[in-house]
Amino acid sequence: MSAMKLIFYIALTHVRFRLRQTLVAVAGVAIGVGFSIVMAALMQGSQADFTRQLIDALPHITVSDELRKPPVQPAETAFGAAEIHGLTPEVRRRGIKNPMAIMATLEIWVPGAVAPAVKTQALIRYASRDIGASVQGIDPHREPKVSMLATQMRQGTLVSLYRATNAIILGVRLAEKIGARLGSNITVQTTDGARMSAQVVGLFRSGIRSVDESTAYVLVKTAQILAQQTGLVNEIRVRVTDPMAAAAVAQRIERETGYKSVAWQEAHEDLLSAFIVRNIIMYTVVGAILMVASFGTYNIISTITHEKTRDIAILKSLGLREAAVRRIFVVEALLIGLVGAFAGWALGYALTRALGSIEIRNPMIDATRLPLIYSLLHYAIAAAVALASSVVAGYFPARKASRLYPVDIIRGAT
Amino acid sequence: MSGASASAGVVSAASGLVVATNVARILPGVVPTTLVHNIDLAIGANEFLAITGPSGSGKSSLLYLLGLLDLPTSGEVRIRGRATAHMDESERALTRLSTLGFVFQFHFLLPEFSALENVMLPMRALAVLAEAAMRERAHTLLGSLGLGDHALKLPEQLSGGQRQRVAVARALANDPPLILADEPTGSLDSASSEQVFQILRDLVDKSGKTVVAVTHDLDIAARCDRRIHLIDGGIGSDERSGH
Repeated sequence: MSAMKLIFYIALTHVRFRLRQTLVAVAGVAIGVGFSIVMAALMQGSQADFTRQLIDALPHITVSDELRKPPVQPAETAFGAAEIHGLTPEVRRRGIKNPMAIMATLEIWVPGAVAPAVKTQALIRYASRDIGASVQGIDPHREPKVSMLATQMRQGTLVSLYRATNAIILGVRLAEKIGARLGSNITVQTTDGARMSAQVVGLFRSGIRSVDESTAYVLVKTAQILAQQTGLVNEIRVRVTDPMAAAAVAQRIERETGYKSVAWQEAHEDLLSAFIVRNIIMYTVVGAILMVASFGTYNIISTITHEKTRDIAILKSLGLREAAVRRIFVVEALLIGLVGAFAGWALGYALTRALGSIEIRNPMIDATRLPLIYSLLHYAIAAAVALASSVVAGYFPARKASRLYPVDIIRGAT
Repeated sequence: MSGASASAGVVSAASGLVVATNVARILPGVVPTTLVHNIDLAIGANEFLAITGPSGSGKSSLLYLLGLLDLPTSGEVRIRGRATAHMDESERALTRLSTLGFVFQFHFLLPEFSALENVMLPMRALAVLAEAAMRERAHTLLGSLGLGDHALKLPEQLSGGQRQRVAVARALANDPPLILADEPTGSLDSASSEQVFQILRDLVDKSGKTVVAVTHDLDIAARCDRRIHLIDGGIGSDERSGH
């Protein structure tokens, strides 16, 4: 054990004595670690942001009144040989029947929240201006649990829908186009000719232009009257607590209800394949930065060790064992690596905070900040890579030097 | 008082502190270089031996072989009767640590450590003495070499002669019976040279050590008890003078 004490004693003296060189080395390691962390935070942050937008854009699961397969025909059940293709379904009323019962059943086991939606197309008419819009019937109490609508309200709230008969919430751009304000009485007319007057009780802004320009929300009941489908809804939307489990939940809903049930993964299949590409880009960039950083670390520390070649010969000629001499430099490298990694954590954190404080303003979108995430894993990996390259950089030159017979170095010394 | 010893070249393997038998060292290469060859040499206790010879005659190479800093290509170096060829690295290191002390032409002190710490380093490596005892012994050694006031200085704060004396103190740290010195006065002025030589002389006369010094200074060689003269890597003459 006293051998270890001697090793630490020599290593610490070396590191302390060459303080400037040590600080440069520590700074080198710290910069490598810090920048790796901030790049990982940025890359993975933008990845997470992308995922979140994707997940939030739609309900996690949409149960709609469509059927994946046409209903089984009597002929198919009666005759094994019968097979029917290209079946024209009989005209039936669109909509999910008995939505309250289905929702009640789902609420028992689905980990998350459930809300109904009735969708119809209508003309919104005010002061002689007509705008086509998608009118959606929602349940103001359930809606906030499945969508971001409640947080997107600029004026009024979802509950305002109860305030007036035929209350309606408009997208801000839609309201702007027709010149409607809070309290304006507008006319809603469907393609089937149904027509009702409604009072504007709220305005929302989703940030997505097409939505803000052409969407209006009313109560489920109001929408059912407009769509002439009393008692039916078009969609049941589900938001699950774990978005990644949405696919499994969707499958079970479809099995139990028979209605087509689409998870966000299925709805965004095309985007998810772009996701794989983004992942590859992210790992490549972060990996490259880690590699560059570790080469920097290796360079600094191996240079320090090389400069000590003569001392290695001296220590050996005094009678220190080869392994002990080698360990001195590994300990030095570890010291520099450790201090550098800690400093790098601080630097990485500070840089991430600094980047996060930058506000990006753009007329098209609300002010946003760079998407960054703070992950302990990034810190751990960056430090581990820095430490590993430090140790390698200390070990190999020291091994090479301590393997030589001291005379080979002394002979060349002046 | 003078005259070549009749036993020159005749080796008594049993009695010597260091005994070299038919040692050769050839550097491998495209054209192999012979540093030393046919060396038969026995060095006993309490001897003051100078190795002389023209540049390139292999003086230092021989010293390194005797000091286990280099391995002979053929032949055998025995230290206190023990063969060294088949020792492993750590055994050789331990032998150097406990039996041999080195003084080089350039002091080769570790620049980051004070004189005292440099002297204590071999003691710490051997780890026999307690910390306090090491410190005291290092102080005593430095004091006996006239460096009592310089113990806490770094090598760069010392003069050439002082550094060389610290190096001698370091060589003596573990009280080895054999001191190997490679041009110990080679880079010193005459006053410092004299001082260092006298210290080596005293080690032989008063402390009973054996000192083997490589030197090209014939005056200094003449004041040693035994002179090995190397020519082209072989022993040209081996003469003793009474002292």
